[in-house]
Amino acid sequence: MGDIKDLSKYDKKTLKKFMADMLLIRRFEEKCAQMYGLQKIGGFCHLYIGQEAVAVGSIGALDLKTDYVLTGYRDHAHALACGLSADSVMAELFGKETGCSRGKGGSMHLFDVEHNMLGGNGIVGGHIPVATGVAFKIRYNREKGVVLCFFGDGAIHQGAFHESLNMAKIWNLPILYICENNQYGMGTMYKRVSSVDDFSLMAASYGMQGKQIDGMDVLNVFDEVSATVNRIRNDNIPALLEIKTYRYKGHSMSDPAQYRTREELEEYKKLDPIVILKIDMMDNNLLTEDEFKEMDKQCKAKATESVTFAEQSAEPQESSLYEDVLV
Amino acid sequence: MPVIQYREALRQAIDEEMSRDERVFLMGEEVAQYNGAYKVSKGLYDKYSERRVIDTPITELGFTGIGIGAAMAGLRPIIEWMTFNFAILALDQVINNAAKMLYMSGGKLNIPVVFRGPNGPAEYLASQHSQALQTMFVHVPGLKVVAPATPYDAKGLLKSAIRDDNPVVFLEGELMYPWTGEVPAEEYLVPIGSADIKREGSDVSIITYSKPLKMVQEAAQALEQENISAEIVDLRSLRPLDEETIFKSVMKTNRAVIVDESWPVVSVASHVAYLISSRCFDYLDAPVELVTSQDVPMPYNHNLELAAQPSVDKIIKAVKKALYIQ
Repeated sequence: MGDIKDLSKYDKKTLKKFMADMLLIRRFEEKCAQMYGLQKIGGFCHLYIGQEAVAVGSIGALDLKTDYVLTGYRDHAHALACGLSADSVMAELFGKETGCSRGKGGSMHLFDVEHNMLGGNGIVGGHIPVATGVAFKIRYNREKGVVLCFFGDGAIHQGAFHESLNMAKIWNLPILYICENNQYGMGTMYKRVSSVDDFSLMAASYGMQGKQIDGMDVLNVFDEVSATVNRIRNDNIPALLEIKTYRYKGHSMSDPAQYRTREELEEYKKLDPIVILKIDMMDNNLLTEDEFKEMDKQCKAKATESVTFAEQSAEPQESSLYEDVLV
Repeated sequence: MPVIQYREALRQAIDEEMSRDERVFLMGEEVAQYNGAYKVSKGLYDKYSERRVIDTPITELGFTGIGIGAAMAGLRPIIEWMTFNFAILALDQVINNAAKMLYMSGGKLNIPVVFRGPNGPAEYLASQHSQALQTMFVHVPGLKVVAPATPYDAKGLLKSAIRDDNPVVFLEGELMYPWTGEVPAEEYLVPIGSADIKREGSDVSIITYSKPLKMVQEAAQALEQENISAEIVDLRSLRPLDEETIFKSVMKTNRAVIVDESWPVVSVASHVAYLISSRCFDYLDAPVELVTSQDVPMPYNHNLELAAQPSVDKIIKAVKKALYIQ
């Protein structure tokens, strides 16, 4: 038996929400893989399985009335964690009128202005300056919000990242850059293409705080992001977190992930974020096996219902092709 | 004659030129250990090692510029862009450095580099990943731009591009990689700047290039059933443009339809239409028709994205319009 983690500082509702959110993402993504196989979803589809603790723990630290989220193309989980319904996300993946981007965006371009989820960007690193611009608006209007800008270990070498950090620092913009290091930029192990193994060191070049943290434990992510976001909110300074995680699936549905070993994958599955939280909650008598099974059942049902909703939704009108080009 | 895929034709060209000339190397995202995002470079890393087949970080601007610098100093790089959509990040290097160096240096520094990768829409990839961006490159003096549509042309043109002493932008297509065609076993080159009559005809000239060629061939066959004889001009090179072949065909058929999968405004299609209007004015029996993508970003929904692009049906309609047939 390992040490029992003391969860007394968290309220039960929060813990249950983290569990429900991670389970929903897991079951939703599994459903996506299935629907992709049935060709109900097409194109590039990047799944988040294995990384659930990062989106859930980080976004769980926000107040989305004032705070914002922007991410890259592996964005289903961030959308769900921001509170978009599984129905609206699945309908988008089916290209339907009821999708969160009216069927025009698809997997890589999920948006929801009401939940301050501003995408969903398909170009590696392309949203990092944009997220910095959202932080600029917060500072300009003297608001209290903070921007979470998620990107992968592949994006961190783009000029857009480095230019953005510099400007965020010189203008004191309230933004937290989160590098989700899932260890592979498409098929490339991050160490092969990086001058440093520890990405948090890059913060030092721009005079901001950087920290590398474990991203398989949702509570660790929540604690670290909460503390950093509070500091940003109070002091109007940007920061960088490298959150170490792992994706169980290939880069996209078309990638068989032959660049890594089965053993490596199995090792990481032992650190499964859902299992870690489940054990911690059960150790603290905050969850029973039956309750867990019931939560999982509900999340599976939600994922299944989202498919029904998407299937029954209307195709967009052909005239919508010409809408939304300009306001 | 061996029948091979478009991607294999490209690989043969790269392989042959790399063994012929030690200065040639391949650089880009996932080109080496992953064998290429679309498997064009499959096996080349094993054959030539990491000295000549080089994986880069995701830094399009940076490695494109590195290719230009290496070319300026005497190497002959092939820079692979995973897609032309990502090449937008590298445009500064291409336009401000590759295209200008010879001119700015008064003819002292030439840039023998090839920039290549898939351009144009595939399927279900939405706005940021479905762009046909040739116009951005064709617009710029100091660049050559080629867009082969068959495995034969792809191999012959890529070998010419690698041997060319200028920067050459080489447009491929994600959906074209599995296309097959005859490619001779013995060495050959296809010269840059020469169009090809892919089908002889007498009633209308359909001028196209790259992926839409297949659609145009299908349309021409369907038109044949209605006793309409279409000539197909495959431009193959967009800059320099083989104007004489275009004019000769239009002067023969007296009607022209241009099929181009990029947007219609200030495009290769609109430029060719202008050239025909000004040089073949007295020969034209009808206004020049254009079949292009709609003037909108690409939607994700499949029906909408198909509606946004040229189709066999749209091409047949345009031909009939040029022939005043209802």
